[in-house]
Amino acid sequence: MAEIVPIIDAQDLRKVFNGTTAVDGLTFQLFPGECLGLLGPNGAGKTSTIRMVYAFSPMNSGSLKVFGIDIETGWREIKARIGVCQQDNNLDPDLSVLQNLELFARYYDIPKKDAKDRARQLLQFIALEHRANDKVTSLSGGMMRRLVLARALINNPELLVLDEPTTGLDPQSRHQVWERLELLRANGLSILITTHYMDEAYRLCDRLIIMDHGKILVEGGPADLIRRYAGEEVVEIVNPGREVREFVQTSGFMHDMLDHRIILYGREDDHLFELIGEQFCKEGCIKRMATLEDVFLRLTGRGLRE
Amino acid sequence: MIELPQVRNISRRFARVWNRNLVVYRKIWLVNFLVPLFEPLLYLTAFGVGLSALIGQVPYEGKELPYVVFIAPALLSITMMYNAFFENTYASFVRMYYQKTFDAMMATPLSLEDIIAGEIVWGATKSVIATAIMLFVVSLFGLVEYPHGLLILPLSFLGGLAFGAAGMVFTGIVPSIDMFNLPIFLFITPMFLFSGTFFPTDTLPDWAQSISHALPLTHLVNLCRMLALGEMHPAMILSVIYLLVFTVLLFPVALIVMRRRLIK
Repeated sequence: MAEIVPIIDAQDLRKVFNGTTAVDGLTFQLFPGECLGLLGPNGAGKTSTIRMVYAFSPMNSGSLKVFGIDIETGWREIKARIGVCQQDNNLDPDLSVLQNLELFARYYDIPKKDAKDRARQLLQFIALEHRANDKVTSLSGGMMRRLVLARALINNPELLVLDEPTTGLDPQSRHQVWERLELLRANGLSILITTHYMDEAYRLCDRLIIMDHGKILVEGGPADLIRRYAGEEVVEIVNPGREVREFVQTSGFMHDMLDHRIILYGREDDHLFELIGEQFCKEGCIKRMATLEDVFLRLTGRGLRE
Repeated sequence: MIELPQVRNISRRFARVWNRNLVVYRKIWLVNFLVPLFEPLLYLTAFGVGLSALIGQVPYEGKELPYVVFIAPALLSITMMYNAFFENTYASFVRMYYQKTFDAMMATPLSLEDIIAGEIVWGATKSVIATAIMLFVVSLFGLVEYPHGLLILPLSFLGGLAFGAAGMVFTGIVPSIDMFNLPIFLFITPMFLFSGTFFPTDTLPDWAQSISHALPLTHLVNLCRMLALGEMHPAMILSVIYLLVFTVLLFPVALIVMRRRLIK
């Protein structure tokens, strides 16, 4: 059987900014058709990592191949085959909506005629045909984000790199973006995405890497990670008393003891809620499904990153 | 560690960056044309009509020139300098820093060096366009001899490259857009006044003359004036070489400082 060439093959990536290590020996792969999510608190090294992937910033050490091509020598070809949504909406404010796409196509050496066709198609895809000749500054945040996405698709990329694609959008706009990303994914496009939204990661990604301080903490499918690190069912006890604290500590269940709250993680057949509810709390107990957010907070801690 | 300019990263794609600026320029071409169209009229009225009466003739290279004939080529040279320098300082800085246009471009097959080269060549192109319009206006007053005067156009490209590259070096190092006041005060304004623009340099004391001759605008003004007078002089080769060397030295410096600023 022929070996599958990974779309991204990163080995021991390292990036240092003025003495601070942002990415500290990262090794990962992204396989064709896969949507891989990078999660981590602010400063974890997500953006630094993907900037290296799209040849924006050079790595300090390690090796990085995209499409099997070494990034040090083949950066121009690699960039020609990637689509990138950067964190900022860096649309060209001097140009109209349509021109933003057409001129961007020219940076890829796409012939004028094809650029026009492709720009029109993409405007349709993001439902902005009616705004083709408007200034980009007149668009709403959600529309701008969709336009950034369309711009990233102008070269028919084989890999789409998204840096926090829905940060700052209202729920309607987020769903608009997600639906389009799901469509692209269904068509087999490989995607590398960073996000702070766990629901986004859960919905879009096949596989997740949770990282902190430039290193990988865990790696796996969203559902699998939840099962492994937060169980299935969660009980939150608000303002717990002494007895319940003692009970939890000796019970052997996975748990987090916070100042005013205990969070208990268990399997469905542990019947945690019944157990705790009957014995300790008449009210102030919440039962819910375990989520990716639980996993994230358990692994990266609850301290603020500022 | 010594950084080398990554000149080999420049490809023909720099023309795409140039083209982007041209598209934006064409959107408000009328406004862009108005300045070089009317500015010389203002200057010629103020200096030609107002000052001429006081000054009369100006001695230049053994000739006596009417004051308007003397300053017309200087106005052209100043236009070359301003157009390229301001394009590659304020305008490039806005695109780089506020609009993040360069960041977006760097996610495409363009290299940083393509972008900077495209910007500088665009600055030089703006210099050519403005010079052409102004040349047309001053020619109507019979202030330029042809066919020599036509060489002012390629000269405006060279002058544009020189001042554009210088501007881009400042863009690469200034911390904020307000800091451009400093190079303008220290570099552009003294040249505007002391490069044989409004009076011949040989009226200056010797030490000031030497400084003046080290400035790029002095050479540009001399070349422009000779061409406008319809003269060719072997000494002109030296001025051309000066401007070429100035450009060839500053262009790679611009690449280095911009790479240091933007590639992190």
